[in-house]
Amino acid sequence: MEGNIAEMGQFIGAGLAAIGSGAAAIGVGHVAGNFLAGALRNPSAAAAQTATLFIGIAFAEALGIFSFLVALLLMFAV
Amino acid sequence: MANDTHSADTETAHGAVDAAHGAAGHAEAASAGMPQLEFATFPNQIFWLMVTLVVIYLVLSRVALPRIAAVLAERQGTIANDLAQAEELKQKAVAAEEAYNQALADARTEAHRIVAETKAEIQADLDAEIAKADAEIAAKAAESEKAIAEIRASAVESVHEVAKSTAAEIVGSLGMSGDAKAIEAAVAERVKG
Amino acid sequence: MGKIALILALVIVAAATLFLQPEHAGLAIHPMDQFEISPLFGHGDISWYTPTNVTAWMAIAVLCIILLLVVGTRRRAIIPTRTQSIAESAYGFVYKMVEDVAGKDAVGFFPYIMTLFMFIVFANFLGLLPFSFTTTSHIAVTAILAMLVFLTVTIVGFVKNGTAFLGLFWVSSAPLALRPVLAIIELISYFVRPVSHSIRLAGNVMAGHAVIKVFAGFAGALGMFAFLPIFAITAVYALEVLVAFIQAYVFTILTCVYLKDALHPSH
Repeated sequence: MEGNIAEMGQFIGAGLAAIGSGAAAIGVGHVAGNFLAGALRNPSAAAAQTATLFIGIAFAEALGIFSFLVALLLMFAV
Repeated sequence: MANDTHSADTETAHGAVDAAHGAAGHAEAASAGMPQLEFATFPNQIFWLMVTLVVIYLVLSRVALPRIAAVLAERQGTIANDLAQAEELKQKAVAAEEAYNQALADARTEAHRIVAETKAEIQADLDAEIAKADAEIAAKAAESEKAIAEIRASAVESVHEVAKSTAAEIVGSLGMSGDAKAIEAAVAERVKG
Repeated sequence: MGKIALILALVIVAAATLFLQPEHAGLAIHPMDQFEISPLFGHGDISWYTPTNVTAWMAIAVLCIILLLVVGTRRRAIIPTRTQSIAESAYGFVYKMVEDVAGKDAVGFFPYIMTLFMFIVFANFLGLLPFSFTTTSHIAVTAILAMLVFLTVTIVGFVKNGTAFLGLFWVSSAPLALRPVLAIIELISYFVRPVSHSIRLAGNVMAGHAVIKVFAGFAGALGMFAFLPIFAITAVYALEVLVAFIQAYVFTILTCVYLKDALHPSH
């Protein structure tokens, strides 16, 4: 197991950055779960809010994608 | 650097390193690993993307979208037309039903009227017939009465005759010659009494 | 029919696992190789006009769009055929989105938004074909798309509203003391928009494709047990089909949201 310490740092950093994906997953689940809870309370209003749901999911997911990007950059680009 | 995969397996790691080196060599990548960050390819991508977008935009805005909009509008028009037609037909059906009901009611009243008229006519006829029959009966009764009265009168007459002749006979056989006038008077008196 | 196809696929997988063993089993994972840009003809340098696989797959996307929206609707039938029906529902989908989200006065931008939507949808779905190249997985492409939206929105905002467009950053419903802080935050978020807008699309597409490739590498290494990662690939692929559409939808709807900000900047 030889290698240089910078490479090790890269991989560790990439792994740490990947945690962000999980955090984004929590966020997306939160958005979808709350939407479902609200939609079950008031199903008639749910259809009008699906666009908002997707926008919310997209915003939550974008940040996870950022962390994924950081991981990729550390793995391949640095 | 992408010259390693995250494999703990040292035996296979060497092969992977070789393969990755081969790939990197083949790509001749400035920044090994992510083709997304090879800035040398950016002008190419941007140029072709622009061409693509312009082509799609022209095709859509000149041909596709107006055509689909026209088709949709036409269908909307057709549907609206059909709906209007259906509405019209419905109105017609309602009107027809109303007319039918009206006719039915008319017919019913007409029938009632005819029935009543007929009844009245029949009643009138009946009354007339009854009156006629009554009159006839009355006439017949009167006639019969007259006949009876005549018969009675003739019978009384006959009784008179018989009584007269019998009385004259009796008087003759008793040896007395009776006056015809006296006998008549006596018989008349008796018969009357 | 579906059952037969499934059994056939399983048989092929089993046969491939048995007979197509890699020569040296090992973890040879190159998840990023699929995104490489290479010239269509020869091996020279890539200058700005060189026809590359990017060109080819963009051309295929254009061809598909023309097939669907132009050739599919050529009969202008009142009772639509299947293809025409798809074209019409795509039209209705985007049109309704523009009308509902961006407002009735944004209908003028409908061809532009439709262009973006159709391109992204077809690029994403074509990228899901095996051995294909996904143009939307490249940050250069999505960055240009997002920058176009950003510039359009900014220019339209200033042209339509003048300096009143700056009211977008001045949250008049917040307490006065908070407003400068909020203005800075809004300003930053406004300029981060194109970044997140482009990276969301490229990142999602790239991530899914890379994950599939990683699992494919596992399948190569596992030999007999390759069916496990292959099932995982199937699941990820299904997710990718969903993501391919949802990302196009999200890109389009965010464009509409930004456009609404430009047309009605008041908070």
